[in-house]
Amino acid sequence: MSVILTAILALLLLALVFGALLGFAAIRFKIDGNPIVDQIDGLLPQTQCGQCGHPGCRPYAEGIANGEEINKCPPGGEATIQALADLLDVEAPALDAEHGEEKPVQVAVIREAECIGCTKCIQACPVDAILGAAKHMHTVITSECTGCDLCVEPCPVDCIDLVAVDKGILGWHWNAPQSSLIATDKGVA
Amino acid sequence: MQPIPITTINNHKNSRKLHDFHGGVHPEQNKHQSTQKPIQTPLLPPRLILPLQQHIGRAAKACVSPGEQVLKGQVIAEAQGPISVAVHAPTSGIIESIEELPVAHPSGLSAPCIVLTPDGKETWTALTTHQDYLNLDEEQMYAAIQNAGIAGMGGAGFPTKVKLNPSIAGRIDTLVINAIECEPYITSDDMLVREHAEEILRGIEIMARLVEPKNSLVALEDNKPEAYLALREALNERQQQAGAYEHEIELVVVPTKYPSGGEKQLIQILTGKEVPSGGIPADIGVVCQNTGTARAVYRALRFGEPLISRITTLTGKQIADPCNVEALIGTPISWLIGQYGYQPARQERLIMGGPMMGYTITEPDMPLVKTSNCILAPSPQELPMDHQAQACIRCGLCAEACPAELLPQQLYWFSRAQEYEKAEQHSLFDCIECGACSYVCPSSIPLVQYYRHAKGEIQEQAEAHAKSDRARIRFEARQERLDRDVAEKEAKRQARKEAAARAQAARKSADTNLTTHTKTQTSNAEQPAENGPSLETLKANWDSAQTKLDKLFDSLEETNKTNPDMATKLQRAIEKNQLRVNQTRLAYEKAETAASADQPTVLEKSVTSLPNTDDMKSIWERSQVKLDKMLITLADAKLNNPDTVEKLQRAVDKTQARVTQAKQNYEAVVSTSTATTPSTVKKSETSLEPSTENDLDSLRAVYEKAQAKLEKMQETLEDARANNSDTIEKFERAVAKNQVRVSAAKTALNAAKARREN
Amino acid sequence: MSEYLLILVSTILVNNFVLVQFLGLCPFMGVSNKLETAMGMSFATTFVLTLSSVCAYLVFTFILEPLDLAYLQTISFILVIAVVVQFTEMVVRKTSPLLYRVLGIFLPLITTNCAVLGVALLNIKKQNGFVESIMYGFGAAVGFALVLVLFSAMRERILVADVPKAFQGSAIGMITAGIMSLAFMGFTGLVSI
Repeated sequence: MSVILTAILALLLLALVFGALLGFAAIRFKIDGNPIVDQIDGLLPQTQCGQCGHPGCRPYAEGIANGEEINKCPPGGEATIQALADLLDVEAPALDAEHGEEKPVQVAVIREAECIGCTKCIQACPVDAILGAAKHMHTVITSECTGCDLCVEPCPVDCIDLVAVDKGILGWHWNAPQSSLIATDKGVA
Repeated sequence: MQPIPITTINNHKNSRKLHDFHGGVHPEQNKHQSTQKPIQTPLLPPRLILPLQQHIGRAAKACVSPGEQVLKGQVIAEAQGPISVAVHAPTSGIIESIEELPVAHPSGLSAPCIVLTPDGKETWTALTTHQDYLNLDEEQMYAAIQNAGIAGMGGAGFPTKVKLNPSIAGRIDTLVINAIECEPYITSDDMLVREHAEEILRGIEIMARLVEPKNSLVALEDNKPEAYLALREALNERQQQAGAYEHEIELVVVPTKYPSGGEKQLIQILTGKEVPSGGIPADIGVVCQNTGTARAVYRALRFGEPLISRITTLTGKQIADPCNVEALIGTPISWLIGQYGYQPARQERLIMGGPMMGYTITEPDMPLVKTSNCILAPSPQELPMDHQAQACIRCGLCAEACPAELLPQQLYWFSRAQEYEKAEQHSLFDCIECGACSYVCPSSIPLVQYYRHAKGEIQEQAEAHAKSDRARIRFEARQERLDRDVAEKEAKRQARKEAAARAQAARKSADTNLTTHTKTQTSNAEQPAENGPSLETLKANWDSAQTKLDKLFDSLEETNKTNPDMATKLQRAIEKNQLRVNQTRLAYEKAETAASADQPTVLEKSVTSLPNTDDMKSIWERSQVKLDKMLITLADAKLNNPDTVEKLQRAVDKTQARVTQAKQNYEAVVSTSTATTPSTVKKSETSLEPSTENDLDSLRAVYEKAQAKLEKMQETLEDARANNSDTIEKFERAVAKNQVRVSAAKTALNAAKARREN
Repeated sequence: MSEYLLILVSTILVNNFVLVQFLGLCPFMGVSNKLETAMGMSFATTFVLTLSSVCAYLVFTFILEPLDLAYLQTISFILVIAVVVQFTEMVVRKTSPLLYRVLGIFLPLITTNCAVLGVALLNIKKQNGFVESIMYGFGAAVGFALVLVLFSAMRERILVADVPKAFQGSAIGMITAGIMSLAFMGFTGLVSI
């Protein structure tokens, strides 16, 4: 009987000592915040369009850090999903069609002749890419426009179009060579 | 089949030791086809297409309009910014249009071009010639080069004026003139040196004057004996005119290897130094220029001629008459090769450049530009189309051949798997795209295309990343701005709310002021506005506390009759309220004094008098209330407890006396304050003192009286305790009350003292 | 001194815990997809192995043996290892959140890594002294780390190569590990411990 008691006591003592050590360590190595959110946010395209269901890219980054799916961002497209998958070491799923489809890079263009100067689009733009003032002409600063589509709705005279960006000869890059001979269904170029 | 002449330079000893670079290949040279004839001059083409961008940097801007008549050598597009080059009219004629046309680019896409229709007269514009060009000012030399629209003619097209910027003078050890021309088929530099060696040397002198190097070298491959002889002769002649030229030009012969004509490789051969990754030759003190550029520099300074033509090799089996031509910039290629017997085979293929680094021309009408050194039209047997790529067998021949000492195999795997980060880490951007690796690959893998694609993707990703960073910063700034706006609105709202509360309190205290019989109405009306909201609030507090106390006294009467048990609690409540009344009163008085001290100019008699009169008034009122209470208790005792009646009667008398005294005090203070009514501002302040004196005395009297009373009551209490338990409570209550009164009087006294001291 | 060297050579090469004794295969296969993760994991495991080996020895020598409780060694060693792993997890979380995130479930799974418990138990079986226990644990960890890093480097190259579909993923990984194991068996007889 005393043997069992000794055994139990010995284990208990060990457990207590270790428990104390862990408790101390928990306080000493406490962390606050979640730096992973910054890294995730760095990979998102920052269009702040809201298509993922969050009011901006940072809230979605926080959502991903809390375990949300990474395939909700249409402006980011495949490239962003892949980059997020690499960062978080998870599988890269296909883009969730529920949140939109991947479109080519677009920018908003205001048809100035029809603009009435109401400033509604200026208030809607999440990156302040529309220049203008009340009762004055509005125009989109093309280099800052992310193509998020949030300005098209508020316009009362519907004078904003989203056009695809074409950089022409300056934006041209070499295509990947087609390696068709090697019979591997790897799915990589 | 023609025997292929093997030509090498013998009997030349380099005065400097040559180094070697890693790798390199030795493809078939195929140069003899285009060197059989001297440089030809083609006819005037029917139209000239001049792209606005024929160089690295910003495109030039057209400064002519359609329909305008231009002269030969006239500026038709001006340079935009420091890294830009102007475009000149290669011949006289009329500007047909300015439009987007296909240009010499691997994409085959269009870019803005000026279309010129020659009039056949070849009328030159006014040119500035300099006989003594070497003794020109550096500024003038530089300006002349700038105005001549000269870009690097070796293939890259970097604006020459930037490379020869006088600001780098003093930091340059070596000026290298690249006459290597290592790529197979191309012979334009060879022919240029053969026919215009002297002009090239003079161009070198001008460059040396600008850059001030310690050494000037002309580097030639050993497969160009004729060019070597021409240069040798020119150098000897130059030496004979010793004294006229201070600067020595050294001729270096380099063993034939591809790609020794590459800038970085040539520098490594000549100096043994490597250009740092991501850096330029100027970082290690070397400037490298093409022979064609050197000649253009000379012609620009000496004759004022802008860069309007260049020597281009036309070769390949599909051209019946292969040769070198001095063609005008802007000549359509299809027309040019048509002039020299272009016979397209069934598989038509035109290459701009050489077989290693050239690209396929998709639009044959595209124009010749400042960097077009060769048009190659090979037959399918001569240069077979790409074999099908097979699997990489990891042989490593590519790494053996790479002149930049990279790992082409690893770059291939990473580019294929789109692991661009790793590719960049393996120095992808140091690849000069010479094609040596693809040349040696036994599996015919198009390695260079993989690298070009990877570079493009990396650049695109970097641009997208930069843009998204900018968007994030803008978004956060906008959020900050919106939050700031909300906070400001909130602050304003708070301020307005406070102001409204103040106004309301002022209105309320104005009402209560009217009820208390004191000073003049005007002062009352003015006071709230002048003395500040806090004063009014305090007054209001005090009044409400007083009212409550009165109510409690009333209820005490009730409770005494009906529920004696509750009486103690009520008593305690009364004490508390009494204290509160005192506190509020004191606070109000203090504030009022402070206010009155701050604003002497607005002090009215009423202000100064107000604390004192109110003080007195309250004491009087309280005493009156007490008296009433005691009278009631007395009546009660008369009914129930005849024993205590006597004592109570005494108490009542005393209280009565006190009341009278308090009334007198109050009236005295009032009279003193009213006496000081007509005083001026200053006087009102001093008037505070006499009334304070009076006040002080009376307060002291009140205090002493209260103290005495308290002691008496305590005695009574002891007696009652000893004798009769019925009235103990009452006496206790009475004692408590008196204690409170004592403390109140004491505090009032102290406050008055403090005021006086201040 | 030479004895310690022998222990090291034995645990790192001859009797490599992963490829010869076939312990700790779970993290070996699970974390070897990327070189950076593998290196992080090997640092964590080295830390855990060495520390738990020492702690286990101390617990056995000063608590279990004197009280004649040698039969409790399994449970107490598991306790020791769990505590050390928890501690390591906290440290990793603080110093490198990305590594913590990437290692994911494999960090607490070091607790169930049979190599760690194996080292602790083998120390007792071989009746190693204090310094020997340290060397044994450290050597085991270095052997594990070596093999893990080598394997992950190979797996990275295999990932971009043309592997037939039937073999892609962990299949080719297993085959490669088997061939590596054959190679390591060439060290047999180098030293006899």
